[in-house]
Amino acid sequence: MLEVNAVSKRFGGVTALEDVTLAVNKGEIYGLIGPNGAGKTTLFNCMTGLYSVTSGEIRLEGHPLHNRKPHEIVARGFARTFQNIRLFANMTALENIMVGRHTRTRAGVLGAVLRCERTRAEERAIRERARELLDFAGLHGKGRFLAGHLPYGDQRRLEIARALATDPHLLALDEPVAGMNPTERRQMGELFRRLRDAGITLLLIEHDVKLVMDVCDRVAVLDYGRKIAEGTPEQVQRDPAVIAAYLGAETRAAGAAP
Amino acid sequence: MDIFTQQLINGLVLGSIYALVALGYTMVYGILELINFAHGEVTMIGAMVALSVIGLLMGAAPDLPGLMVVLAGVLVAIPACMLLAFAIEKMAYRPLRKAPRLAPLITAIGVSIILQNAAMLIWGRQYVSFPRILPEARHELFGAHITDLQIAIVALSLLIMAGLWLLVQKTRLGRAMRATAQSKEVAALMGVNVDRVISATFVIGAALAAVAGVLVSAYYGLAHYYMGFLLGLKAFSAAVLGGIGNIAGAMLGGLLLGVIEALGAGYIGDLTGGFLGSHYQDVFAFFVLILVLVLRPSGLLGERVASRA
Repeated sequence: MLEVNAVSKRFGGVTALEDVTLAVNKGEIYGLIGPNGAGKTTLFNCMTGLYSVTSGEIRLEGHPLHNRKPHEIVARGFARTFQNIRLFANMTALENIMVGRHTRTRAGVLGAVLRCERTRAEERAIRERARELLDFAGLHGKGRFLAGHLPYGDQRRLEIARALATDPHLLALDEPVAGMNPTERRQMGELFRRLRDAGITLLLIEHDVKLVMDVCDRVAVLDYGRKIAEGTPEQVQRDPAVIAAYLGAETRAAGAAP
Repeated sequence: MDIFTQQLINGLVLGSIYALVALGYTMVYGILELINFAHGEVTMIGAMVALSVIGLLMGAAPDLPGLMVVLAGVLVAIPACMLLAFAIEKMAYRPLRKAPRLAPLITAIGVSIILQNAAMLIWGRQYVSFPRILPEARHELFGAHITDLQIAIVALSLLIMAGLWLLVQKTRLGRAMRATAQSKEVAALMGVNVDRVISATFVIGAALAAVAGVLVSAYYGLAHYYMGFLLGLKAFSAAVLGGIGNIAGAMLGGLLLGVIEALGAGYIGDLTGGFLGSHYQDVFAFFVLILVLVLRPSGLLGERVASRA
C-alpha cells in the first residue's frame, strides 16, 4: 500500500533520514517508533509533501508521492494529524471537518457567486458528512464550538475527524495519544481498531510503547535516521538493536524491554 | 441645509467606496501578511478601463441609456482587474512566497509604480472626465441632499459587502480562505490547494476594486492615472483602523474613515477660524492612521497578534 524506498533527507550537512525503506500493507496498523530525534516526524513530513526528499521514492498504491504538493498527496488518499495539535482554532469544530472535505468537492469562485443548485447540494453533502464524522469521533453536539475552545482530548479527536473527512485510504497519526490519560488512551486504541475495521490503513508514530504493542500489527524502529528494526511488536521488543537504541549501547539489556 | 447631516451622507458614500477597496487589502493581508500596495492601482485601472469602454460605447451607440453604458464599463472592468490581479500575484508575489516579508512588500511598491506609469502611457497624464450620463436627481433627506448616484453607491457597496461576507462564511471557497489564513501549511495538508485559494483571494479583491474604481470616478466625475495612490493609502488606513486581516473590520473602518473625513472637512474651516480649509480633508485619514497605530495597533475589530498563532 505505502512503499518507502531508500529515502534519504538531508538538511544542509545534517542527515535526518538515511536510506529508509519500509512497506505498509493494506489494512494494517503500522507503528513507527524510535527515540526523540530519530527522524519519525521528518519521514512523515516527506510522505505528506511538506519536505522534498533528497533521494529515494515514496509510493502510495503505486502512485509516487515524493516531491508532490501536499494537496495532491491528500487527493491521493493520504491524510495526517499533527504531533502538536494544529486545528483551525478560530473556526468551529464542524467547519474544521468541512475544510477536510475540500479535496473531495469542487465548487469554486463561480459556484460561490452563483450559488446554483449543484453548489448548494454539494454544500449540504459536505455539512452532512462532517456531522457524521463529528459523531464518529465522539464529538456529538460539539460542532458549533470554536475548535480552540474544545478540551484537549476533544481537539485530538477533532484532528482525526478532520483528517478522515478527506476520505483517506491511509491515515498517518503523529503521536495521537500524547498528553492523554490512560482511559483516553484506551479509547483512542479502540478508535484506531474501528478505523482499521472500516478499511483505513493506519500509520502511527507513537512514544507510548504499551499502546504500540497493543494495537500495532507491525512496527518499524528508527534511530538516528536509519531503520534499525521492523517486525511484529514482539519481535521488535526483543531485538538487541532496539534495546540498545532505547537504553544506550553499553547496557547489558537482558530482559530489559523498553 | 443641515451641514452635519449632509457631511454624514457624503462621508457614508465615500466610506463605502473606501470599504470596498479596504477589503482587498485586508483579505490579502489576512492570508499572506502582505500589504499589497498595488491594490490602489488596480482600482485605478478599473476606473480607466471602464471609462475607455464607456467612451467607445458612447461613440458607437449614442442612443444607449447612460446606465447601460456604465454597466457595460463595469462589466468589462471587473474581469480586466481580476486578470490583472491574478497576473500580479503569479508573477510578482508567488516567486517571493518564502522570501523575507520585506521583499514582497517592496515588490508591491514596485508593481504599483509600474502600473501607474503604464496607465500614464495608455491613458495619458490628463484627467479623464466621467461623462454625465447617469441620472442626477437629488432628493431631500433629513434636511440634506442625496443624489441618485450617492444612493446607488451606498446600496451597491453594502450589497457587495453582504455577498462577500456570505462567501467567506458560508461557502467552500470561503472556508478554504479562512483555513489558509490561519495556517497555509495545515490547510494544504488537509487537501486545500493553497495557491488557488491565494489566487482567488487576489481576484475577488480585484473585482471589488474594479467596482470601487468606477464608483469613485463616477462620484468625482473624473479619473487619473495617479488616483489609485491616495485612494489606496486611505483604504489601507481604513483597513488598519478596522483591524487589518479582519473583513468586518475593513467594512467598518472604511465607513468610519469616510465619515471622519467628511465631517473633518466640513468643520475644519470653522474650528480653525478659516486658517485651514476643506482641502485639508486628506489629512484626516492619516491622522486617524497614526492615532490607531499609537493607541490600538490591532485596530477596532482586530485581535491581538498573539491570539492568531
